[in-house]
Amino acid sequence: MNTLAAPLEHDNTQNDPTRRPVLVTGPCDLASITETVSRIVEQPAPRAWYLALMVCGLGTLVFFGLVAYLISTGIGVWGNNSPVFWAFDIVNFVFWIGIGHAGTLISAILFLFRQKWRTSINRAAEAMTLFAVICAGLFPAIHVGRIWVIYWLAPYPNQMAIWPNFRSPLLWDVFAVSTYGTVSAMFWYLGMIPDLATLRDRATTPLRQAVYGALALGWRGSARQWHRYERAYLLLAALATPLVLSVHSVVSFDFATSVIPGWHTTIFPPYFVAGAIFSGFAMVVTLMVPARAFFGLKDLVTPRHLENMCKIILATGCMVGYAYGVEFFTAWYSGNGYERFAFANRALGPYAWAYWLMLGCNVLAPQLYWFKRWRTSPWRMVLVAVLVNVGMWFERFVIIVTSLSRDFLPSSWGFFKPTWVDLGMLAGSFALFLTLFLLFCRYLPMVAMAEVKAAIDGAGHGRVGSPSARAPVPREVQATP
Amino acid sequence: MNNHEPTPNTPLPGVRVAGLLAEFDGPEPLRLAAERVRDLGYVHWDVYSPYPVHGIERAMGIRPTVLPWLVLLFGVAGCAAAILMQWWMNARDYPVLVSGKPLWSLPANIPIAFELVILFAAAAAFIGVLGLNRLPQFWHPVFSSPRFRRATTDGFFLGIEAQDPRFHETSTRELLESLGATTVETCFAPATRPGLPAWVRWAGVIGVLVALVPPLWIARARAIRADRPRVHPIQDMDFQPRYVAQGPGPLFADGRAMRPPVPGTIPRSQPPADSLLETGLDNGKPITHFPLPVSQALMVRGKERYEIYCAVCHGLAGDGRGPVAIRALERAEPGWVAPRSLHVDAVRQQPVGQLFQTITRGLNTMPSYAAQLTPEDRWAVVLYIRALQRSQNARLDDIPRDKRALLER
Repeated sequence: MNTLAAPLEHDNTQNDPTRRPVLVTGPCDLASITETVSRIVEQPAPRAWYLALMVCGLGTLVFFGLVAYLISTGIGVWGNNSPVFWAFDIVNFVFWIGIGHAGTLISAILFLFRQKWRTSINRAAEAMTLFAVICAGLFPAIHVGRIWVIYWLAPYPNQMAIWPNFRSPLLWDVFAVSTYGTVSAMFWYLGMIPDLATLRDRATTPLRQAVYGALALGWRGSARQWHRYERAYLLLAALATPLVLSVHSVVSFDFATSVIPGWHTTIFPPYFVAGAIFSGFAMVVTLMVPARAFFGLKDLVTPRHLENMCKIILATGCMVGYAYGVEFFTAWYSGNGYERFAFANRALGPYAWAYWLMLGCNVLAPQLYWFKRWRTSPWRMVLVAVLVNVGMWFERFVIIVTSLSRDFLPSSWGFFKPTWVDLGMLAGSFALFLTLFLLFCRYLPMVAMAEVKAAIDGAGHGRVGSPSARAPVPREVQATP
Repeated sequence: MNNHEPTPNTPLPGVRVAGLLAEFDGPEPLRLAAERVRDLGYVHWDVYSPYPVHGIERAMGIRPTVLPWLVLLFGVAGCAAAILMQWWMNARDYPVLVSGKPLWSLPANIPIAFELVILFAAAAAFIGVLGLNRLPQFWHPVFSSPRFRRATTDGFFLGIEAQDPRFHETSTRELLESLGATTVETCFAPATRPGLPAWVRWAGVIGVLVALVPPLWIARARAIRADRPRVHPIQDMDFQPRYVAQGPGPLFADGRAMRPPVPGTIPRSQPPADSLLETGLDNGKPITHFPLPVSQALMVRGKERYEIYCAVCHGLAGDGRGPVAIRALERAEPGWVAPRSLHVDAVRQQPVGQLFQTITRGLNTMPSYAAQLTPEDRWAVVLYIRALQRSQNARLDDIPRDKRALLER
C-alpha cells in the first residue's frame, strides 16, 4: 500500500461553492493513513536525515558548551552591559516563546472552532511548541547569572525566611512559562497516546514494542476510553486557549509594567500575542514545507493547509504592522518627550537598520501573500516565512535593545554589540530546536493519525472500513494455525 | 471454550476464557451491533475502534464522564491556592512593601492565580483521564488476540468479557455472529493473576523509605533549635567580590576603583548659561521682571498653553476649579492637595520668577511641566497668569474708557 506511488494531483486550494474542499488528497482510507505516517518511523531513515541530525547535533553540543562557558565564567562573556542588561538572552527568550504559540493555537483554538484541517498539522506544530518552550526557558535560566541558586525563584520555605515578590511581572513570567510548558507537554502527550498505540501494535522488534508499549500506556481504543479521552482533549483545548493568550501577555508585562520609554504601553499584550502567532505560523510553514516533501506527507499536509497558514500569517502580519504604526501615533500624541525620543531613536537612531529590517520583513514581505501564487508555491511561501522569522527576531531586538540603550539620561546611554558567544548561542538554540524536531520526526507519529481518521469519517468522503481498503492482517495472525 | 469448531487460539493449562472479541466491518455495523448488545443488558463489554466513532456513546449507553466536574473542582482549588499563597507569603508571613502600595491587592495577584487555575485544571484533566481510563494498564484480555492489533489502524471490534452475568460462551458467540461480525474469537487470561516478584516489592518498599529520608531530615532541621548556624550551601551573598566606591582598585591606571567625572561635567546645582530665562532666578532669588520681551503674541501663546496644560486643574479662570480638581475633591483622593486659586493675595504677590519656578519644578501634587513647556512657553504661561490675575481683580480704571459705558449700564 504505497500511497506515494500514485499521489492524486488534486488542487484543493480552489474553492468550489458546490462541494467542500477535501481535507486530504490521495488514497485516504484508514490503512493508508496509518501506513503513510507510520512508515516514517518504521523504515530506515534516509541519509539526509542523519546528515541533518549530525549538523544540528553538533550545533547543540556547541550550544551547551557555550552555556558551560557562560556559567563557569560569568555573564560578561555576553555583550550585555550597563545600560543594556537585557539583550540577546531576553530577545531569544521572547522570540522562542513566540514561536511556540502557533502550536497551541492550531491545537486548541482551531479545535474549539471545529477547524478540521488542523488535524494534519497539529501534532508537528505542538511538538514545535514544546521544543520552542524548551529553547525559550533556557535563556532566562542562564541569564540570571548564578544558575545554581535559580531555585530561589520558587516559593519554597527557606532559611532566609523570605518569599518571592508576587507583584513582580518577572515572577509572573516564571509561573506563566512553566505552566505553558507543562500544559503543552500534557496536551501533546495525551493527543499522541492513540497514535503511540498504533506504533506499538505495528512494532516488529521487541525494543520498539517495549518503548512504544510503555509510552502508549496500554491504550486499547475502547469506546469508554475514547469518550473520556475526547472530553479531556476538549477540556485541555479550552484551558490551553486562554493560556496561550496569557503567556505572551505576561511576557509583555515584563516590559509594559516598567517605566522605560518604548516599553511602558498598554498595547503590548495584544501586540505581542499577534506577533507570537505570526512568528509561530511562519516557523510551522518554514519547517512543514520541507518536512512534508521529505517524509512523503504531501497527501496529508495539502496545499490547502499551507495556504490557510499563509492567510493567518498575512492577517497577523497586518495586525503587527498596525501596532507598529499605533506605537508611533501614541508616542506623538502622548506629548511625552522621552516617549517621542524613544520612537524617533528606533527609526533614525543607531539601530535604525534593525528597525527597517524588521519593518520590511514583518510588514512588507507578508503582503506577497495577497497573491495566490505566493500562498500556494511551497518555496515562495517558505521564503516569505523565513523573512518573517528574521523580522520577528529583530522586532524583539528593536524593542528591547534600542529602548534600553538610550533611556532618560543621555549620560548613561550605551551601545550594545553582541559577542561571538551571543551569536553562537543564538545559532545554537536553533540547532537545539531543529535537533529535537528531527528526532521527533523520526521517532514519534508526526501526524495525528486518529484525528485525521475521525475528521475524514466526519466529512464522509473516505472509504472508511470498506473491505477492499483493509490493511493486510499482521504477520502474527497469518502465522497462527 | 467451544469444542465443536477449532479457533485460532487454543487454551493452555492455567489459562481461562476471558471473553469474546468480534470484528465488524466498519463503524456503522459496529454501532448497530452495539445497540443490540446494549439492549440485551450486557454490562462488561466495550467496542474498540481506531478513532472515536460518532454516536457510539448513545449506541452503547455510556453515561457522561465526571471529568469536567473534576477539572472545575481543581481549577477552583488552583485559584484558591494561588490567592492564599500570595496573600500569606507577601502580606502575612513576610510583608513586602513596594513603593507604599497596599500589601495585598487583587489585581497584582490575578496573573499567578490565572496560571495556577490553568495548571491545576489541566493536570486534573490529564491525570483524571488516565485514572478514569485505568491507564497505564499494560495487559488486557483483548491483547491476547493478534487480530486486535488492527484496532489501532483500521479494525472495529466488540468485546464481551466473561465476567458479565449474561456471558455464555456459546450463546454469546452466536449472538455476535448473528449481529454480522466477520470473525469471533475467544480471548484468554491467566487463571490466577501473577503478582510482582518478591524482590521488586522489597525494592519498592526500600526505595520509598530511602526517598523519605531527605524530607524528614529537612523537617527535623526546621523543627528543632540548634546552637550552630543553619546549613547555608550557597554563600554568594556572604562573600561578594567587589571594589568599594572610594577605595583602591587595580583595573585602572590611577589605582582608583571609581572613575572621576568626565571633563565638562557640571553639578546639578550649577545654573545653565542663560540662567534668567531658564530658571527665573537671579542669585537664587526669583526675578520680578520678564527676561524676554512681552508681546501680544506671547500672551496668545500663553493663553493657548495655559488652556492645554493648566486649566484642567486650575480652571479656565484660574480659580482652582478645573474638572480634575473638582473630581479629586468629590472622590476625596488621599494625598491630593487642591490647587490654590491664582487670585489670592499670596499668589498675586509672588514675583514672576517664582511662578516660573513653580511651573518648572512643580509644587505639592502638581508635577513639573518642564518636559511639556519650553522656557519661553513657561514665561508665556506666567504672562497669561498675570493677565488672569488682573482680570479677576480689575478696577474700573483698567477698562478702556470707551467700554466703561457697557458696565455702567
